[in-house]
Amino acid sequence: MTAVPLGIPRRLVEFTLDGQDARVPEGSTILDACRAAGKDVPTLCEGDTLTPKNACRVCVVEVEGARTLAPACSRRAEPGMTVLTDTERTRHSRKVVLELLASSVDMSTTPKVAGWLKEYDAKPDRFGPDAARLNEEPRVDNDLYVRDYDKCILCYKCVDACGDQWQNTFAISVVGRGFDARIAVEHDGPLTDSACVYCGNCIEVCPTGALSFKSEFDMRAAGTWDEERQTETTTVCAYCGVGCNLTLHVQDNDIVKVTSPHDNPVTHGNLCIKGRFGYQHVQNRD
Amino acid sequence: MDLHFGDSKPTDEERAAVDAVLGPPESAWEGADDRSDADLRWARGGRAARERRDELLPGLHALNDRVGWVSEGGLDYLCRRLMVPPAEGYGVATFYSMFSVRPRPATVVRVCTDLACGGGAELCGAVGARLGPESGVAVEASPCLGLCERAPAALVVRAGAPAALLSPTPPLPENPLARGPGVTAHRLDGSSSNAGQAERSRPGEGVSARPAFEDELGGAGDRRQPQAAEPGDSGRGGSGEKTYVTATLAPAAPDTLTQAALAPETAPAEPPAELAVPQAGQEGLLLLSRIGKVDPSSLDDYRAHGGYTALRTAFDIGPAAVIREVTDSGLLGRGGAAFPTGRKWQATASQPDHPHYLVCNADESEPGTFKDRVIMEGDPYSLIESMTIAGYATGAHLGYLYLRGEYPRALERLDHAIAQARARGLLGDDVLGQGYAFDIEIRRGAGAYICGEETALFNSIEGYRGEPRSKPPFPVEKGLFGKPTAENNVETLVNVLPILTMGAEAYAAIGTDKSTGPKLFCVSGSVERPGIYELPFGATLGELLTLSGMPDNLRAVLLGGAAGGFVRPDELDIPLTFEGTRDAGTTLGSGVVLALDDTVPLPRVLLRIAEFFRDESCGQCVPCRVGTVRQEEALHRIVERTGADAAADIDLLREVGRTMRDASICGLGQTAWNAVESAIDRLGAYK
Repeated sequence: MTAVPLGIPRRLVEFTLDGQDARVPEGSTILDACRAAGKDVPTLCEGDTLTPKNACRVCVVEVEGARTLAPACSRRAEPGMTVLTDTERTRHSRKVVLELLASSVDMSTTPKVAGWLKEYDAKPDRFGPDAARLNEEPRVDNDLYVRDYDKCILCYKCVDACGDQWQNTFAISVVGRGFDARIAVEHDGPLTDSACVYCGNCIEVCPTGALSFKSEFDMRAAGTWDEERQTETTTVCAYCGVGCNLTLHVQDNDIVKVTSPHDNPVTHGNLCIKGRFGYQHVQNRD
Repeated sequence: MDLHFGDSKPTDEERAAVDAVLGPPESAWEGADDRSDADLRWARGGRAARERRDELLPGLHALNDRVGWVSEGGLDYLCRRLMVPPAEGYGVATFYSMFSVRPRPATVVRVCTDLACGGGAELCGAVGARLGPESGVAVEASPCLGLCERAPAALVVRAGAPAALLSPTPPLPENPLARGPGVTAHRLDGSSSNAGQAERSRPGEGVSARPAFEDELGGAGDRRQPQAAEPGDSGRGGSGEKTYVTATLAPAAPDTLTQAALAPETAPAEPPAELAVPQAGQEGLLLLSRIGKVDPSSLDDYRAHGGYTALRTAFDIGPAAVIREVTDSGLLGRGGAAFPTGRKWQATASQPDHPHYLVCNADESEPGTFKDRVIMEGDPYSLIESMTIAGYATGAHLGYLYLRGEYPRALERLDHAIAQARARGLLGDDVLGQGYAFDIEIRRGAGAYICGEETALFNSIEGYRGEPRSKPPFPVEKGLFGKPTAENNVETLVNVLPILTMGAEAYAAIGTDKSTGPKLFCVSGSVERPGIYELPFGATLGELLTLSGMPDNLRAVLLGGAAGGFVRPDELDIPLTFEGTRDAGTTLGSGVVLALDDTVPLPRVLLRIAEFFRDESCGQCVPCRVGTVRQEEALHRIVERTGADAAADIDLLREVGRTMRDASICGLGQTAWNAVESAIDRLGAYK
């Protein structure tokens, strides 16, 4: 049986969502309300265990009386507010934001994006063949994970996960400015020279595959990565007594990567280097 | 927090530079060379050190000023001192354009290539060619240096040891008297002989004409920029050690600039601030009345010209009445957003959370804007007094003055003025003996337009990347250090002086019903007398341009700077008020009036605006980070095209522009398309 933390009781906030009355606990975001009402609002930089940076702007909604659109993931519901989630204005912004993103980075491994591009009729090619792209080579400097910034949308989730929201290691940061901004470790060196402790929690939260397991990266390069053939088994880590949950992703009887369930009240998806990467001994069959 | 530091060590110079700001390290935990016995028994750092994180930016300045760039060893040492993760320190250092994390020459020449300095790009090339690669000087194109009335402008910065007594970003000294006299001795430029020389090179007499002081190189050493100390000080003691020197050249020519780059201490002095005020000395001015009349270095002179009467009035009537006066005066913020100042102060003052902060936004980086610079250089005490009143009204005991990094003379004068005010009991524990404690700390920006956005400015002061925060919560509730903060720009604050001296009613009688009081306009470009003009709200654009010498062949006027909009020569009857410009579908913005005659190639101007926003976007949100790039690309494609050839790209621009305006986090992205849109719609660019 999983323990479910209930938290302190909260008052309900009443407001109007797409013409319907909505009631959500105080402190909820518009996105929470949308999800409770079964509305599909696209999100990229929002994550279930981190405070969203609201940097991607694909979840924008119209709040009556506001000059600009508001990010649903971060704007809290206020009493009496009138919110519209699916208007010509919001659809236009989402479409162009998706186009801007998909024209500048590789979104082929970002879940759901292909569907949104179709849904919003986004055409990333229309900025022409010379549109600036990141065009960066993957950085492979260790045996555990790969940084492929050509896929990075600068959602800040890895920075927050490595920093004060999860891991407290502070090995990565956003550096530079504007279109040249990148995620990097100190002095933009290799990961092996940095403060990184290889917990892999940044991979856990990366929404695009810009950070990935070396195992997954190599298998994708070899064309053998096939999620259809993978099974997922959640178990308990055997290394120490904390009892972190591990989800083993197994393909052809080999563990190909390890994640952790985000709804676990102890770890919220966090693991350490042993739990996340120390599975080789399990499949040593000599 | 278990921080990881690499093996890189600072040089002695870098260590000294950081220690000059932070004081010497107390233990090996924060970077001392030798470990004491005590260090083995307990760990230091943690919360106490992390609370000093706001000293990161001053520390980066110290390193950059001393060696010209921020090395790995220097940055790591600074981060160790403040318990800042090196990755974050690196992220902050790479955010600002005035810092470099790669080796570069000690001398850097920044040549303005922005709107008013049309010929800046050629000047940049010419100086680079003359200096050549062997000179040990880096020449960089720069966004607006805020010297638009004397275009083209350039700033030379030579790294070196700080001149005696004047540290670049002084910590609040325990003993204010210790610094006062020293600073006075270093006063420069206001001297009468210089004023006389500069008089002859008044910029209004033709920007293309070479300045009269061009042939006066190699003159006396007293004609130097601030941080250089006594004459002959650079090579002090025969050690050959160079001191930190800045030189501002405007108008700059290839010859003078090359010479100044090689020996900045010999650069000609800047003309006095009042030369930027064509109305100087005129009766009836409220905000500019003292400029040119008062000695900017003398507190006594300021008091002799009516200084500190407004603060006495404030103490007489009390904080609540000050806010009431400001509210009744109808003062609207002059930074561009036009928010009622009284309401902002009231909202801050009434917050239960403490402490409250006051922030003066002097990060004047809008291309074409230079009014705050002229006030700070010509009448610095007025800003100190205004900040004291604002702090008193809002219940703040510490005010931060966030000054853009490109204003060395304003920094020197404010620094001096604050030290003097402190020494005389006008700042400190007991201002004017009224039992109210207030002090001001100057923070120097490092080249980032975005830091003029109020929340980005907070992040910058706090030692984070200057990225804007999302609102709500608003600064009056959670601002600097998460505490209630009133933030006003320089011009807004100095308006408080006439409000208190003449009374809200008399002040509100100036201007129009909705836009009360006087307004400063920064007129530049193709006019005969560029400069700062003070007019009551309600004067028309035509009247202002007539005053400043309108060209016969006026093609367009850019109102409000790069974030503003263009208007046509047949729209000169637009009243210069917040409501008048709004009704005309444009904006007053920061008070920029940039006149373009028909010789100025409009597509190139638009391209420069797009480049500016692409360079200055912080990169946090997608619409701005990618949108500004796509905007620039589209403008590049149509730079020589018109009509049907440009139509598809103009549609693309409209779609991207609409999204930037609707979905960007902050004002930078939201306004980045304004000027281009107005050029297409109002001027018929690309038709």
